[in-house]
Amino acid sequence: MTFSLRFRAAIVSIVLFAAFLGIWHIATRSTSAVGNMSPEYAKLMGITATQGKSAMPGPLDVGAKLWEHVKRPFYDNGPNDKGLGIQLGYSIARVGLGYLLAVLVAIPLGFLIGMSPLISKALDPFIQVLKPISPLAWMPLALYTIKDSSISAIFVIFICSVWPMLLNTAFGVASVRKEWINVARTLEVGTIRRAFTVILPAAAPTILTGMRISIGIAWLVIVAAEMLVGGTGIGYFVWNEWNNLSITNVIIAILLIGIVGMLLDQVLARCARMVTFPE
Amino acid sequence: MTEKFISIEGIAKRYPAPGGTTTVFENLWLSMSRGEFGCVIGHSGCGKTTVLNILAGLDEPSDGAVIVDGQAIEGTSLDRAVIFQSHALLPWRTVLGNVAYAVTSKWRNWDRAKVKAHAQKFIDLVGLTGSEHKRPSELSGGMKQRVGIARALSITPKIMLMDEPFSALDALTRGTLQDEVRRICLETGQTAFMITHDVDEAIYLADKIFLMTNGPGAVLAEIVENPLPKDRGRIDLHRHPYYYALRNHIVDFLVTRSKTFTSGNPGHDPRDVPVVRPGKPELVIASVSESSQQASWPGLSRPSTS
Repeated sequence: MTFSLRFRAAIVSIVLFAAFLGIWHIATRSTSAVGNMSPEYAKLMGITATQGKSAMPGPLDVGAKLWEHVKRPFYDNGPNDKGLGIQLGYSIARVGLGYLLAVLVAIPLGFLIGMSPLISKALDPFIQVLKPISPLAWMPLALYTIKDSSISAIFVIFICSVWPMLLNTAFGVASVRKEWINVARTLEVGTIRRAFTVILPAAAPTILTGMRISIGIAWLVIVAAEMLVGGTGIGYFVWNEWNNLSITNVIIAILLIGIVGMLLDQVLARCARMVTFPE
Repeated sequence: MTEKFISIEGIAKRYPAPGGTTTVFENLWLSMSRGEFGCVIGHSGCGKTTVLNILAGLDEPSDGAVIVDGQAIEGTSLDRAVIFQSHALLPWRTVLGNVAYAVTSKWRNWDRAKVKAHAQKFIDLVGLTGSEHKRPSELSGGMKQRVGIARALSITPKIMLMDEPFSALDALTRGTLQDEVRRICLETGQTAFMITHDVDEAIYLADKIFLMTNGPGAVLAEIVENPLPKDRGRIDLHRHPYYYALRNHIVDFLVTRSKTFTSGNPGHDPRDVPVVRPGKPELVIASVSESSQQASWPGLSRPSTS
């Protein structure tokens, strides 16, 4: 009896996950009391010392806490206690805004660079220098000039997602098959119409690859940026829970960051498939 | 027929090269009448594709001019349609979309229904009825090239330019498409200019065959007028008494004379290229032994070889 590859892979995945949970559970479970110690001292140390309970929460603790969060994702008990849904919402909104601004700048500019060798050569040194700068290095400058931490975070997202899109758009536009351009030329298609009917569809898969790389980077950077600017967002949540020494919440946040990142990537992967046509 | 519909006048193409310039060809003169089918044959590197690109307006000559229908050409034009070697269909458009793209480029203010009807007419003409909504990736090589032909024809060009359009196809498909192209050109009186290195393709399709010597510094050596009747068929083409004379003449040129022509003919005038019409008795050498085929061409006496 043979099952499809997909089915077998799913079985292996589930087994691996179960094994991971099992080891995690065993490694963090409570053992019996560690030994005799004075009750005063035991009171000070808490269950970590008295019952051999690890400071690291086990899968059951995390699961229980996660369920709490899932049940109440949008509660708001003041600036330091907001539901995970709200925090994620802030992060996604910042990424969305910064990313959208980056799309609006990078794609037209990338088109220009791809179509004009002059502009390409002229802008190349700037891009080469600006591209490797860590987006967080812009933060102080952004905070000083913009004077608003939330907008500064959006600016940091903008600056980190602009480069992959810009370079991919320029590359995609510059490497459109010569014969497609020649088709448009022999049909006397004007520059604007050519850009939209030949170059854009031909470069779309490459542009979307750039957009996919960018959203990944933006989601990486938002966590760090929010740790810096504070206030709201999933990055702030992680740092706040670290200050609260709630490792359970930190683990939940890590998990959610991964899941949201995956979803963002999948959405763009799907878009990329929609514009890719085999020859 | 003396009126020159296409006139290539002294064009040259030079490229800067390390230590001087490379001349692909120079002082090339060539003319064709309306409704004629011209084929250029030559080895790779003789610049035949460059000639076609200049004619299409995709490339510019370093010197000289090209006059089509009494007007010097400047850049590309919807009057001159190109059928590309690699079909060059837009993969994100359907068959209908690819042809319609050309139609809307020519007639910008046509409404959707009119464009569709016009495109459909040419899709039917090349025998692709029923495949309108397929994308190029779903088509075979021959079908893709049919779309290429339909797209070129749909803009009703004055000239159809073909750059080795069938060289990437298998022999059977190539034969069928040659038939189609010949039928369409004869029916519509289309002027066509084609580049090939398939001698049989040239013999079957062309009225005039332009022989080019090897590059760099290629010249147009001879114009061969096809002596075969206009209503020739592909199946019994090789039975015509002039066929082998014509074929041997071209093959001989390609094998030997294309290399030595320039040095052997110092007095060659590029403006007055000799016109040859193989099949005249003195040129027939190879078609000696076959006497049984005579009956298939009534009215034509076998050329004497004695």
